[in-house]
Amino acid sequence: MIDVLIVGGGGAGLSAAIAAKEVGMEVAVLGKTYPTRSQTSMAQGGINAALGNAGADSVDAHVADTIKSSHMLGDKEMIRRLCEKGPQAIRWLDEIGTPFSRLDDGRVAQRKLGGASAKRACYAQDYTGLKLLHTLHDTALARGVRFLNEYYMLNFIVEENRVLGITAIEMKSGEVKTVRSKSVVIASGGYSGLYFGFTTNSSTSTGDGIAAAIRAGCVLSDMEFVQFHPTALKKSGVLISESARGAGGYLLNSKKERFVDELKPRDVVARAIWEQIKEGEEVYLDIRHLGEAFIEQNLPQERKLAKLYEGIDPVKELVPIKPVAHYTMGGIEVDSTHMTKVEGLFAAGECANAYVHGANRLGGNSLLETVVFGYEAGENAASFALKSNKKVPSMHTWLKRDSEFIGKIYQFANQIDFYEKRTSLGNAFYHKVGIVRNERDLKGVLAAVRRLHEELPLMGIADKSREFNTNLVEFIEFGNMIELAKTVLVGAIGRNESRGAHQREEFPDEDNEKFGGIHSFSWKENGELCNKFGGLRDE
Amino acid sequence: MPKIKIRRFDAKRKPQGLVQEWEVKEGSTLLEALTFIKCEKDPSLTFRSGCRSSVCGSCAVRVNGKEVLACAYKPQEGDLVEPRRFAKVIKDLVVDDTEAFKTLKLAKAWLGEPRESAIVTPEDEKRTERQSDCILCGSCYSACPVLETNPAFLGPFALTRDWRYVADPRENDIKSKVDAIQKNGVWDCTLCGECTAVCPQGIDPKSDILMLRTKSTQMGHMDPNMGSFGSFGLDF
Repeated sequence: MIDVLIVGGGGAGLSAAIAAKEVGMEVAVLGKTYPTRSQTSMAQGGINAALGNAGADSVDAHVADTIKSSHMLGDKEMIRRLCEKGPQAIRWLDEIGTPFSRLDDGRVAQRKLGGASAKRACYAQDYTGLKLLHTLHDTALARGVRFLNEYYMLNFIVEENRVLGITAIEMKSGEVKTVRSKSVVIASGGYSGLYFGFTTNSSTSTGDGIAAAIRAGCVLSDMEFVQFHPTALKKSGVLISESARGAGGYLLNSKKERFVDELKPRDVVARAIWEQIKEGEEVYLDIRHLGEAFIEQNLPQERKLAKLYEGIDPVKELVPIKPVAHYTMGGIEVDSTHMTKVEGLFAAGECANAYVHGANRLGGNSLLETVVFGYEAGENAASFALKSNKKVPSMHTWLKRDSEFIGKIYQFANQIDFYEKRTSLGNAFYHKVGIVRNERDLKGVLAAVRRLHEELPLMGIADKSREFNTNLVEFIEFGNMIELAKTVLVGAIGRNESRGAHQREEFPDEDNEKFGGIHSFSWKENGELCNKFGGLRDE
Repeated sequence: MPKIKIRRFDAKRKPQGLVQEWEVKEGSTLLEALTFIKCEKDPSLTFRSGCRSSVCGSCAVRVNGKEVLACAYKPQEGDLVEPRRFAKVIKDLVVDDTEAFKTLKLAKAWLGEPRESAIVTPEDEKRTERQSDCILCGSCYSACPVLETNPAFLGPFALTRDWRYVADPRENDIKSKVDAIQKNGVWDCTLCGECTAVCPQGIDPKSDILMLRTKSTQMGHMDPNMGSFGSFGLDF
């Protein structure tokens, strides 16, 4: 019997697993991929903590920067807790062996990221996420955490608003299985995958856990807030790190003119690039003046990726770029213990909305959130499991329900190609639910998404085999994307203002009277999507 | 438009294995080419993918007998794309990585016992910086000829990771890590360097294995192969 089940093996999931294991729980981490292949591996910049190793810094300054960036949608208490626990989180990561870059005296090195008032981001070269994730994975193995790799979660099993486990497809065999657990932590990542073809994220960031959460009775909040990264390669959307601009790179339009201060916050730079593109300009990153030696030493990944995807050498040529979806601030609403509206069901990391990023995330705060809140969620899920004396009923009904659902998909007509629809959804989201939005376009996309939802049974799969059926998994992912697309759209349509990452053409300013501290909430009642705007925890 | 061949496998089909040829777009990466085939031609083509930028380690396959990350390789005319070796093929290019990943646990490739107030200097950190760039793509494991004859061999990535922690000043319990890589470990490697040749991160497991051998000897372990030569010598 599993006490604590974690869905998702990225930074938040592994931190939760280690925390729950620490107090003697039976812990399993289940995910559609291997833990080390999670989105966390792609994080480059760093993890924030007010250590003050590289110049003066304080928790208060970290709190102030984060509150400012949240544009009145952050919860001050949660932000303070996150920032206060930063230094302790770095000490823990150091103790379990994270290979941080170092200062001469052996302290962890820190650098400045956009929007920070001090050198606050601890890093491991440009592989911060990768090295942090692998260290957590090694630690979880050492502590005896069980891994259910390549299990694709379908639904949470909930009775009387209490989570009892999940249903999942064991991908290797194609069989639907149930996994019982006394408590569950969702740590399944964000939904940038909605912007298919226009995201820096892994192809697996499809928001499955968030979609399953709203189906299970959870509330989602602030789904309209999506952070765009200013510089992704034009053809592929592959990320060119902010460090290219930090090191002195320019942004140029087709006339070879600079048009924005490149060191402004991400949303400002992304918007400036977007305006250029709307006017028919091409936009380029120019790092030629930095010189080959500097580029080879400091931006080798960027050079390699530009050569691979654009066929150009940034030492000699301009790099064509565009802004693309990078991080989703919205997610599953959690209380201050990281529990969702469903008892025993916790959430942490990008899939959750713990109200620390608000309308715009600060670089270096997401890795911190995965570790600090992931760990807390694991501890709280363990306490919940310890107190639990509920008899777990037979899983047969749930197994039957989801097996039949999968069986039905095998019989869907497959008259409409969902891969084509996924591409058009990505296009529509990028162009109309992207950096600058307007009501007419948003409503148009919502109508199109509703139509896609109705057409799902006319879509389906061509591959009818059972073993490792990625055609099937991608189709269910697409269904989850449709589910979440609606919540993003109703939030974006209702928020008649511009705030942080959400910008509306018709309402170019923040409307603090109407929307200051006001969040969007989505949930389901009898299968119908409901939405409202309101203050935090005043329902 | 280069044509590439893909070795496919489906346990329920007869024949289970077959090689198919596809035309792919000029200039695309192999991963883009596979995605193009799946979305436009044959949705049953099965492979793993993730970050597209060589850090998640999902997409390693063999092309013309050499391991590559599909996201970092441009297909050439006539290329033969196959799944990685020494793991059961589940479907097409997807192999079961369960057994390979178990080697991490067997090698105790983690920080077992933190040393009180350990100081990590920039030099300490640089010493295993490259080793900790590992993305666990499994390329080295698939390239290792030792696994052909000894499936229990721990393989290159687990040994590299073991060394990464043995060399870490924060580790207090080096012994249990060194003990764990004696059997089917450092002494079974033939130092052929195939792992080093295919690593997309430029890691050199061969030299890490040599370092572990030295450490093993220092800690009282012996090369089992040397043992037999020794007794032969005494027969004179």
